[in-house]
Amino acid sequence: MKNITNIQKFSIHDGDGIRTTVFFKGCPLKCEWCHNPETQRFEREMQVDREKCTGCGTCQAVCPAGAVHMEDGQPVLDAAACTLCGKCVNFCPAGLREIVGQEYPVRELVRELMKDQMFYEESGGGVTFSGGEVMAMDMDFVLAVARELKKQGVTLTIDTCGYVPYERFQMLLPYVDTFLYDVKVMDPELHKKYIGTDNSLILDNLVRLARDGARIYIRIPTVKEVNGNEQNMRETIAFLQEYDIHPAQVNLLPYHDTGSGKYRKLDMEYKGTDLHAPEREEMEALAALFVDAGFKNTKIGG
Amino acid sequence: MAKLRGMNERIQKLREISVNTPVHIDLERAKIETDFYKENDGKYSIPVMRAMTLKEYFSKKTLYLGDGELIVGEKGKDPQASPTFPELCCHSEEDMVVMSERELVSFKTTEEDRKLQREEIIPYWTGRSMREKLLSRMTPEWHDCYEAGMFTEFMEQRGPGHTCGGEQVFTTGYMEYKEKIKKTMDGLDYMNDPDAVDKCEELKAMDIACDAVIILGERYHSLALEMAEKEADETRKSELLQIAANLEVVPAHRPQTYWQAIQLYWFTHLAVTTELNPWDAFSPGRLDQHLYPYYERDVEAGILDDEKALELLECLWVKFYNQPAPVKVGITLKESATYTDFANINTGGVTPDGRNGVNNVSYLILDCMDEMKLVQPNSNVTISKKTPAKFLKRACEISRKGWGQPAFYNTEAQIMELVNAGKKLEDARRGGSSGCVETGAWGSEAYILTGYLNIPKVFQLTLFNGFDQYSGKQIGLKLGYAKDFKTYDELWDAFRKQLEYIVDVKIRGNNVIEKLYAKEMPAPCLSVVTNDCISNAKDYNAGGARYNTNYIQGVGIGTVTDCLTAVKYNVYDKKNFTMEELIDAMEHNYEGYDAIYRMVHDRTPKYGNDDDYADGIMQDVFELYRSTITGRPNMKGGKYGVDMLPTTCHVYFGDVILATPNGRKAHQPVSEGISPEKSADTNGPTAVIKSCSKMDHLATAGTLLNQKFTPDVVAGEEGLNNMASLIRSYFAMDGHHIQFNVVDRQTLINAQKHPEDYKDLIVRVAGYSDFFRNLDKPLQDEIINRTEQSFQ
Repeated sequence: MKNITNIQKFSIHDGDGIRTTVFFKGCPLKCEWCHNPETQRFEREMQVDREKCTGCGTCQAVCPAGAVHMEDGQPVLDAAACTLCGKCVNFCPAGLREIVGQEYPVRELVRELMKDQMFYEESGGGVTFSGGEVMAMDMDFVLAVARELKKQGVTLTIDTCGYVPYERFQMLLPYVDTFLYDVKVMDPELHKKYIGTDNSLILDNLVRLARDGARIYIRIPTVKEVNGNEQNMRETIAFLQEYDIHPAQVNLLPYHDTGSGKYRKLDMEYKGTDLHAPEREEMEALAALFVDAGFKNTKIGG
Repeated sequence: MAKLRGMNERIQKLREISVNTPVHIDLERAKIETDFYKENDGKYSIPVMRAMTLKEYFSKKTLYLGDGELIVGEKGKDPQASPTFPELCCHSEEDMVVMSERELVSFKTTEEDRKLQREEIIPYWTGRSMREKLLSRMTPEWHDCYEAGMFTEFMEQRGPGHTCGGEQVFTTGYMEYKEKIKKTMDGLDYMNDPDAVDKCEELKAMDIACDAVIILGERYHSLALEMAEKEADETRKSELLQIAANLEVVPAHRPQTYWQAIQLYWFTHLAVTTELNPWDAFSPGRLDQHLYPYYERDVEAGILDDEKALELLECLWVKFYNQPAPVKVGITLKESATYTDFANINTGGVTPDGRNGVNNVSYLILDCMDEMKLVQPNSNVTISKKTPAKFLKRACEISRKGWGQPAFYNTEAQIMELVNAGKKLEDARRGGSSGCVETGAWGSEAYILTGYLNIPKVFQLTLFNGFDQYSGKQIGLKLGYAKDFKTYDELWDAFRKQLEYIVDVKIRGNNVIEKLYAKEMPAPCLSVVTNDCISNAKDYNAGGARYNTNYIQGVGIGTVTDCLTAVKYNVYDKKNFTMEELIDAMEHNYEGYDAIYRMVHDRTPKYGNDDDYADGIMQDVFELYRSTITGRPNMKGGKYGVDMLPTTCHVYFGDVILATPNGRKAHQPVSEGISPEKSADTNGPTAVIKSCSKMDHLATAGTLLNQKFTPDVVAGEEGLNNMASLIRSYFAMDGHHIQFNVVDRQTLINAQKHPEDYKDLIVRVAGYSDFFRNLDKPLQDEIINRTEQSFQ
């Protein structure tokens, strides 16, 4: 799979300078607080803003596959019959339907990413692959794009959850300038509870990646109820110190729920309703722990 | 460099008077002029009569020398007084009431003013004003187009202008100009030159204009001495004595100090803006470079430090702010609804020999801008490849505070544009942008804006066989209806012919107006200070300047591009619906046509997203507009060029167009400058900048791009770097100008609801900034709706 949900220009919070961020669709993890639920599944899918739907029935009328029928004045999609042809998207009078996920030929994607070359060069920016999890994609595709970017002199940053076989890191390493590496929760049980799997592969990969000399930003999505506490941060620090990992930057990213509205559109349930970001002072205290431990380049936010 | 210390007490007081005094009409000039004309009209040649009128005014006008002022002189009796120019536009009694009572951009008139207007001004000037003369000579086609909002006419209420002083304005005393005039006069060949007699009159007029300025200086000199004598406060007394001492040197002689150089400029500014009422006032141009030699010398001599230098700049800023743009009425008010008079200062750039132009005074000007936060003068920076990053970032730091100044110009683009239009490289380097964004060779060029042209409306005529739905009149050529065009090429061809026709109507009118001004409304003082008018013995309005250019400013390229794209994409290429269906939807303002509306509004390529489908059409439109106008001869021996800027005209032009094929509803504003149609750009600022840079900026004389940011986008050191990178990248791609509004949407919505709580909120409107509360609702809405470039 190699679907892309969004190509975000002037992305200024995912790495250095002015960047273009590619959001790949599909992720091996399921974080409760995920604010990009459209990047969880690997397949293309239909997204409908149900709350604004007036039940006019245009989608049903225009669907060539007969995949939409009305129930209680609301359209219901038969996903198996839907060919994702996009006709209902074009004709929805309120503009509420959208197909999430699009495949790009390598050349077309590269052409799109090269459009902002002038800005990358002027600002020290480049391209970021994010998601979802880029290394869970068709690696031939990812490598082809990465190689082409390198050839054109564009630096590449990989935003990763770390939960992929290490071979995939090794394959990409020659083309990557910086890894934005998520280290979410140190306690394996908690990790399993909120993310669906323990963290051993993630931490192992981090150690290996550091040993292989990669430039790494450690990113910690900080949730008050999960990992936004002193203990977790001290454990993280101890881990980095124990394995002699020297990240170029540490980012504590305060949780936000701006993605929660997207769940309903995808017929998914948001489980993070009881989660919160730590207070500003708490965030500052957590960041100070890193600074005091010698990680001077620690920031709140990306 | 001075560290930020905030305005001192003197400046705070002066600024407060300037900002809090209501703008009011001042009929003293009109009265003096009318009396003078009654007695003398017909006795002298027209140029001499004009110069004598200025001299009469400067000899008799009420002088103002306010407490604490260091730079002296006002156009009218006091700050915020607005003299009128009945010889150009004689206001009716009703005008006098409306201008006083209208909520926005009002000019207070008293009962006494109205009586004077009724009994003396109107009876004399009726039938004599330029407005009446030129309107009566326009063709019926011109009148139809004008009334339907196809174009505007700059000279309808104000004189030709748009001129920026060169270094001579800071180095030459009026006695020196007189010597130059005498030399040319002595060289006139009355035996062989058939124009010698006319030239003599022009030169006489210029000489009298010099006397007028010198007289004003002498009168202020006496006043300062008189006030010094009565002054009890020792400090103020010595200041008044210093002012008097300065006036012994300037304006008659070349300045010896930084202070005198600023005072000299100010007298010239007053003279140029009171002899006639030229558009865009008058500008000091490259103020930093002109003042620097004086600054250096005075600092060396120990008579000036940065604090004093900054204070004097701030006194000048107050002077600019004291002069509201003279009152406008009717369509001209709609196209330019503002007190801002567009005196424009470009800081930075390069020197005439091409080196980095940033100096200590440049940084002081930035400090001054930052402290004063005044919408006038229009203070901007011009950024060259050679401009230090420190200067650019300091400018960004001020710009991101969100009140719209400084805007950023591209020095290399300005130079290339001027060279491309035939200027010598050295003159081009001395030039820059004035008014909003318009390029000129400062000190040597008359570059006249003649009016805005409503490009989307030309396309609208194309769809309806030249018939205008708004005015209910046949305005354009009869080339068929939308459904008759079987291919996009046929449609394009009709659009091209309509545009050529409208431009012809406009230029034919322009030619008449230009000739009228050349003959009947010369500007002797402006001629004195503009290079080559003296040596050519020819008036500025008649082609005396070294370079003479006319511009027609194109408005709505974003809207018209999206209209053409919507039709091409949906009707011809994808066949999503027929032309009849689209026209039907448009005629119903898209009500009940949701699917078509959605298609054209949201599911069609749009200009501003770095998408070649739409951007390619923008390039076609631009090239059509450019080639239809650029290079055509004007009446002064120069040529036409194009600018792409709107002031506030995009609101007026939108108001006269019903629903358009891109899903824009009836009466909504059209796009401004070269910015995309509102909400059409959904790919962020880099995509906007890329799209805009596909226009050939170097083939224009200026383009205007607005970008609005919420504060978070440009916060911190990184935000500053991002802003600087956007600017450098745009300029590397030859972009001409970019300006930033840094406010969040909610702030604007709140400000609209509670204007009283947001009195200080300044936004960038077009080529200038204004108080948000001074804008009318559609314009406020338009600013709110400009795509907010904020990303998570």
